[in-house]
Amino acid sequence: MNTWLWGLILVAGVLTFSIRYSFIYLVAKTGDLPPRAKRVLAYVPPAVFAALVIPEFVAYDAGLHVAPDQLTAGVVAAVVAYRTENLFATILSGMLALWTLRFLL
Amino acid sequence: MSIPDPSEIRRGARDVLPLVPAIAGFGLVVGVAAGNAGFTIPQAIGLSVFVFAGASQLAAIELVRDGAPFLVVVVTVVVINLRMMMYSASISSYFRDHAERWRAALAYLLTDQAYALSISHYRENDVDDTRAYYLGVAFPLWAVWQTCTIVGIVAGANIPDSWGITFAVPLVFLALLVPAMKDRESTAAAAVSGTVAAAGAGLPLNLGLLAGAGCGLLAAVVAGDVA
Repeated sequence: MNTWLWGLILVAGVLTFSIRYSFIYLVAKTGDLPPRAKRVLAYVPPAVFAALVIPEFVAYDAGLHVAPDQLTAGVVAAVVAYRTENLFATILSGMLALWTLRFLL
Repeated sequence: MSIPDPSEIRRGARDVLPLVPAIAGFGLVVGVAAGNAGFTIPQAIGLSVFVFAGASQLAAIELVRDGAPFLVVVVTVVVINLRMMMYSASISSYFRDHAERWRAALAYLLTDQAYALSISHYRENDVDDTRAYYLGVAFPLWAVWQTCTIVGIVAGANIPDSWGITFAVPLVFLALLVPAMKDRESTAAAAVSGTVAAAGAGLPLNLGLLAGAGCGLLAAVVAGDVA
């Protein structure tokens, strides 16, 4: 169990690091990515951020699951984000909305 | 190359501060889970130091507890962490001019949060030395993560779920998503990606996220070609 687990930790660690390093390593060796690839990569932030955010509010997992308090707090935070484009204001408004819904109402 | 700019480091640290309670809470959960699954303290530390990726660590711990085969655990970790290859590709042009040793260190510290805050910062500001802000974000996350997984396995203590502190993580991505949707293509990317990820939330191995991001990128290209 001990050697097995240590082996697992090391292999998982090396592979995870390889994933992280992959393109950061390659691009410095090969020079810039082709223009078409760069064009697609420019949309990674909106695509990834949305994929990280939306399932926190609405998710389908053998039935539709909606987290009403998180969804409402998320809408409040989205409005603040749109109006202010300020990270702190967005987080603060979202957390305050969540706590208000959970503990005060 | 000079040392990273201290004011940019501070700016990164300031931006990551609201995430610290959430990461601490998640770190505690992973530490407690490792203890319950029979990891020794050095092994729990080893997992956090070598893998340093919360969702995959938690999945690996549960599989080890249930006696899963070696290969199943490794493949699970790799698939869950595959999304970071997108981050690596997306951020690579900003790291291209740093020395190899620096690039390896920056890559080791790559997380959802470090990627999201840094790429947004680079796109909105004219950044001279990209290491500084990134380190200001990524290193505190690393330190909090290591500390809290240890506290979790030693003390066996969690923060109650109902406090909702982990909600700060999606809020940060939301705060970064809104300004990232600045044209037709990026809005299409976000709309399609979010929908597919929500529909695929029940898929194993975080595949909903990968599927969502993939479809979102495709949607952006289509929206650009149609325009």
